[in-house]
Amino acid sequence: MSVDPSGLAEAVEAVDYTGVVPDAEADKAIEGRGPWLLAWQRLRRDRVAMISLVIIVLIVLMAIFAPLATWITGHPPNEQYRQIGLTPDGLPKGPTSQFWLGTDDLGRDIFVRIAYGARVSLLVGVVATGIAVAIGVVVGLAAGFFGGIVDTVLARLVDVILCVPFLLVAIALVSITGPGLSITILVIGFFSWASVARIVRGQVLSLREREFVEAARSLGASDRRIMFVDILPNVLAPVIVYSTLLIPVVIVVEATLSYLGLGLPPPTADWGGMISDGQAYYTTSWWFLIFPGAALLITTLAFNLFGDGVRDAFDPRSDQLLK
Amino acid sequence: MSASDVSDSPGSEPSNPEDVLRDEPLVRLEGVSKAFPVQSSSLFKRSHDYVHAVDDVSLEVYPGETLGLVGETGCGKSTLARCIARLYDLTAGSITFDGKDISSLSRRGMRPLRREIQMIFQDPYGSLNPRRRVGSIIGDPFVIHGIDSRADRKKKVQELMELVGLNPEHYNRFPAEFSGGQRQRIGTARALALRPRMVICDEPVSALDVSIQAQIINMLKDLQNDFGLTYIFISHDLSVVRHVSNRIAVMYLGRIVEVAPSDQIFEKTRHPYTRALLSALPVADPDTADRRERIVLVGDIPSPTNPPSGCRFHTRCPKARADCVKIDPVLAQVFDDGAEHLTACLHPLALDEDMSLARPQIEDSEILMAPTPGQDTNTEGTP
Repeated sequence: MSVDPSGLAEAVEAVDYTGVVPDAEADKAIEGRGPWLLAWQRLRRDRVAMISLVIIVLIVLMAIFAPLATWITGHPPNEQYRQIGLTPDGLPKGPTSQFWLGTDDLGRDIFVRIAYGARVSLLVGVVATGIAVAIGVVVGLAAGFFGGIVDTVLARLVDVILCVPFLLVAIALVSITGPGLSITILVIGFFSWASVARIVRGQVLSLREREFVEAARSLGASDRRIMFVDILPNVLAPVIVYSTLLIPVVIVVEATLSYLGLGLPPPTADWGGMISDGQAYYTTSWWFLIFPGAALLITTLAFNLFGDGVRDAFDPRSDQLLK
Repeated sequence: MSASDVSDSPGSEPSNPEDVLRDEPLVRLEGVSKAFPVQSSSLFKRSHDYVHAVDDVSLEVYPGETLGLVGETGCGKSTLARCIARLYDLTAGSITFDGKDISSLSRRGMRPLRREIQMIFQDPYGSLNPRRRVGSIIGDPFVIHGIDSRADRKKKVQELMELVGLNPEHYNRFPAEFSGGQRQRIGTARALALRPRMVICDEPVSALDVSIQAQIINMLKDLQNDFGLTYIFISHDLSVVRHVSNRIAVMYLGRIVEVAPSDQIFEKTRHPYTRALLSALPVADPDTADRRERIVLVGDIPSPTNPPSGCRFHTRCPKARADCVKIDPVLAQVFDDGAEHLTACLHPLALDEDMSLARPQIEDSEILMAPTPGQDTNTEGTP
């Protein structure tokens, strides 16, 4: 961690220049304030990003401890309370002390289902983004670093992926394989890596001409080492910014697929599916549509605002945030 | 510091030019050429133009000496350096290091030699990875060549940092936290990590301010004495090169036009281009500065894509004659120069010749360039 300037000056003065290698304890006194630390310090001063981060953490906790919601309310997510959970006309019940956010058309507890639905959204959001970033970084690194025929082939591949009408292909694929969690993740991940690859490739093209790459060459470093040790850390910042902003997009795409009936098969609790079911009842039971919609909105908004903060934190021009 | 100062210090390698010349050369370049294909912007038309960055350079570097390489920007100094370090493949010619031909070695074959030949780069900001800690940057050579355990490595890195005058406690800092001079010390520590025999310094001080330049140059000198290093020292700053070099090679448009021991280059300048270059040196005494001969070359350095015929300097040379257009001079002894002073000029300068009065004795139409439409040879302005 960083030290205050006065402590730093003392530490520098205390250095014995006569050639004694300092012991490990003195070593800790001077820790570099690296790019990552500086970015984190900037991010910490960004109030909006910090509030968003708190919300994201809360949503993550909600997903992890979803069974707790069942334990508190006593309602499993897929349990249909046809007697107590529906009006005599068979319509969903509004928020009560028993059903905090009301019930759906089958008499299920919406609060518990939103908590369980967060699991699906976050899992798909994070894993699919992870797949997209992993493929995109490797492809972008290879294309930018090797250039020539490798670059030509990979760049065309990226163009093709970006041209494919994603929803149509997703619908076609899911209708062949049947809906499921893994196919959803794979489809979204596979169609999202192309823009990551583009970003990485552009960065690598300029980085590989830098003198530190030449220095690594003159030391005899292998291509792989130059790519992953010298170049990769320099493209991580834009990749991190992009993936933070990709997560909410993926969550929305997952909700879209579920909304179209291509996501997880019922009765799995899932925000997109709940919105889809709820819209039939919005004239009589607003809570059925509004609460799952609000959960989706708050989650994506929090990720987006946090992503904006991360981008600002990595941007050296936002230095004014540091005193 | 002149060559004699160096040999005074105890334990130094033979740095006196006469001593040095008796040894076998550490590096021998023979007819080294490097041409880069010009990128064609058109998709269908392939360009067959080449930039002849280095053209037929032959040179020897002796163990323990500092060879200065000077010339204008774009004359091929850095390309030549990168050819010697085998960062570029040669187009033609051969490079012998310590008796072994390294000009056609593969990357794998070069690996052991990377420990012997190292480079210090010009840009202290660009040559250090901004995302990595200084300790791991300096430790890179050990990791790449699989030397020492992790614990030993740290100790060695800190020793290196002390060697180049850095606080070893700054091991965990990032390059951005250092000044330009300190970063150049980091680059030097990295280059010296594997105890190379030869270090190619590609304008190591030109990005630094003058007071820091002196520090870095003195440090390089000390390290040379301590480790018996051989330097190839590239610069466009003649006063710096004079200070550090035992011998100086002057480059113009990819060729070496004059090579001689430092004192001789300054006192017995033979090539008109060298003279012009030297006359641009600032002089501290204003009286001397007013009186001295000042030669201002006319026009720009010609394009290395199609260099002039004959002597490459004839388009700008005040002493150009008709034969300069046709005959390409080779490096040779002229007048009564010793074997170590070579000049590539058909009409070299005598000892006290005043070149400022010379006028080219060729017609503009005779100045031959490979025909390129729209190229201006820019000789009309000759006074």
